Amino acid sequence: MKRVTGAALCALLAGGVTFSANAETKLTIATVNNGDMIRMQKLTDDFTSKNPDISLEWVTLEENTLRQRVTTDIATKGGQYDIMTIGTYEAPIWAKKGWLAPLDKLGADYDIDDLMPAIRSAVSMDDKLFAAPFYAESSMMMYRKDLFEKAGVSINGRLTWDQTLDIAKKLHDPDNGVYGICLRGKAGWGENMALITTMGNAYGARLFDENWNPTFDSAEWKNALSMYVDILGNYGPPGATSNGFNENLSLFNSGKCGMWIDATVAASFVSNPKESTVADKVGFTEAPCAVTCTGANWLWAWSLGIPTGSQKVEAAQKFIAWATSKDYLELVASKEGWANVPPGTRMSLYQNPKYLEAAPFADETLLAIDSADPINSTMKPKPYVGVQFAAIPEFQGIGTAVGQQFSAALAGSSTVDEVLAAAQSSTDRTMRKAGYY
Amino acid sequence: MENKQTVLGHIGFSIFAWIVGLLIFFPIFWMVLTSFKTELEAVSMPPAFFDFDWTLENYAEVQARSDYFRFALNSVILSVGSTLVGLLFAVPCAWAMAFNPTKRTKDTLLWMLSTKMMPPVGVLVPIYLVFRDWGLLDTRFGLIMVLFLMNLPIMVWMLYTYFKEIPSDILEAARMDGATLLKEIIFVLLPMAVPGIASTMLLNIILAWNEAFWTLNLTTADAAPLTAFIASYSSPEGLFWAKLSAASTLAVAPILIIGWFSQKQLVRGLTFGAVK
Repeated sequence: MKRVTGAALCALLAGGVTFSANAETKLTIATVNNGDMIRMQKLTDDFTSKNPDISLEWVTLEENTLRQRVTTDIATKGGQYDIMTIGTYEAPIWAKKGWLAPLDKLGADYDIDDLMPAIRSAVSMDDKLFAAPFYAESSMMMYRKDLFEKAGVSINGRLTWDQTLDIAKKLHDPDNGVYGICLRGKAGWGENMALITTMGNAYGARLFDENWNPTFDSAEWKNALSMYVDILGNYGPPGATSNGFNENLSLFNSGKCGMWIDATVAASFVSNPKESTVADKVGFTEAPCAVTCTGANWLWAWSLGIPTGSQKVEAAQKFIAWATSKDYLELVASKEGWANVPPGTRMSLYQNPKYLEAAPFADETLLAIDSADPINSTMKPKPYVGVQFAAIPEFQGIGTAVGQQFSAALAGSSTVDEVLAAAQSSTDRTMRKAGYY
Repeated sequence: MENKQTVLGHIGFSIFAWIVGLLIFFPIFWMVLTSFKTELEAVSMPPAFFDFDWTLENYAEVQARSDYFRFALNSVILSVGSTLVGLLFAVPCAWAMAFNPTKRTKDTLLWMLSTKMMPPVGVLVPIYLVFRDWGLLDTRFGLIMVLFLMNLPIMVWMLYTYFKEIPSDILEAARMDGATLLKEIIFVLLPMAVPGIASTMLLNIILAWNEAFWTLNLTTADAAPLTAFIASYSSPEGLFWAKLSAASTLAVAPILIIGWFSQKQLVRGLTFGAVK
């Protein structure tokens, strides 16, 4: 018995140190666990049957883990991944550092000009594509048509934040489990800061002035943050400081939100009867403006890029061309229906009557993505690229710290003036240390 | 009167212990329950305890999407492998410190423990670079080395505590009878320290099984254990709790079963000394 156990353990350990050899080209792809990405994994037989010499290995990770993992790998040229799923925040920074291979062999039939101009510019540098957009999103308002009708509210043109506040007051009925508005309250650069920065843009604010000085001490930021604290603090659900996208999605789907302003990708979830109890009662409209509509809705795209450390650039480009092509959209539509096609990247999709019929939110999504411009997203001039972020390496840390301070204002533990002063001082310190001035 | 008080005390203590036990167990119970719900039911408010449509859909989805057994096998190899390698170093080390202490032994022990206080992310990049240059990224061997080094201080500490309680006279008697150092450790010390070694092994297997920083950062596919398997089911956009719960239930099941069957040894090893 002892011998058997010993032999088994030896075999186990020996197994631990064996390395597998593979003759074909194996692409390792790092991705996030989003519906569209999972769908792509399921459909890869189509790619491998056309390219039998290439096999695919998927590494799916939670967004923050993925970000940390791929950043470590690409910065150290670890070469663990051949294709990485990256956002519009990483793409310009990494392209500038020379960490991404240019995508110049996507094939003659790729039709690069069909890519949405805003998205294309967000993942390009010097007119060269460094990541191919897989799906894209902006932000918009989803609202309950039945509750609007009951309260005698109608939407004529694009709403302002003041009008949104008035509507939230009318819809707010906590005794019956309905809150006027649901917004992101969870602290983080990709959480509450994404929304609040677009609010700031709408109120004429900007993250940094032309000389990279932070501007949180401006009147514009005070107006934006005051509105955020007022509307969500008084007419939002209790405990809003812990609500991110998924928490608000479940609140909205269970009929507890009168309005919800968030990613356009949410539209397919809230109008899916399998997931939402209010699927047939949802209306869509653009995100509110204030003194301007410039930058009032964000822009984000999950894209596929190739790290320069990869030894399999040619095969990786083949895969990226397949996954982000027009043919791929047709493939998804044939297998899972037009409503499940990855949205927001190709203009031709929004001219396709079959898609427009299957996705009632298509027009608003297109409008939102089309109107978001990462370069001209503020009323006053700015030195950075990005609508809801500044594409500089320091922004992750800054956004997280400021997001926590803004969350404290929402929780009521600090005043708007106090948190803006704290945000100004902490950001100023970071920018100074980073050598911006 | 005194008896009555004692009985009441026992009852009170039992009730308290049950409450604490149930509180600790509740998250696991909830996770298992959620794994049988649909995504919509998993986030519904108020939450349903038993009155919902039970489904195995999440397990089927998890099985279809991921190769569970490959991840599980990696977890077994990494946790058992790192513990066995750890014992090879920890036993002689603890023996030396317990039976041949020097002036610096206590300081050395404290220094070893202090290394556990360092945040792992602080050494991520240097270790990543070493792994890259030595070709150890995404290999089980590399991970076994990291996990073994990470848990070594705790193994040494635990074994040192057990060995300290074994009278050195017994080892001396063995030496008088002509036992060599190796024989003394293998045939005299180890049999007496079996409960301690067993609980050290179990604890380290659990620690290595649950380790989620290095196992996520140093692996991609070939050596990825169950921690990577779980991490793949959390989603930033979309409902995922039911599927994540199914994945987590599958991930904790083996260690839960091992813990259940060996709880007697584990508790005895953690609460009693070697020769008590």
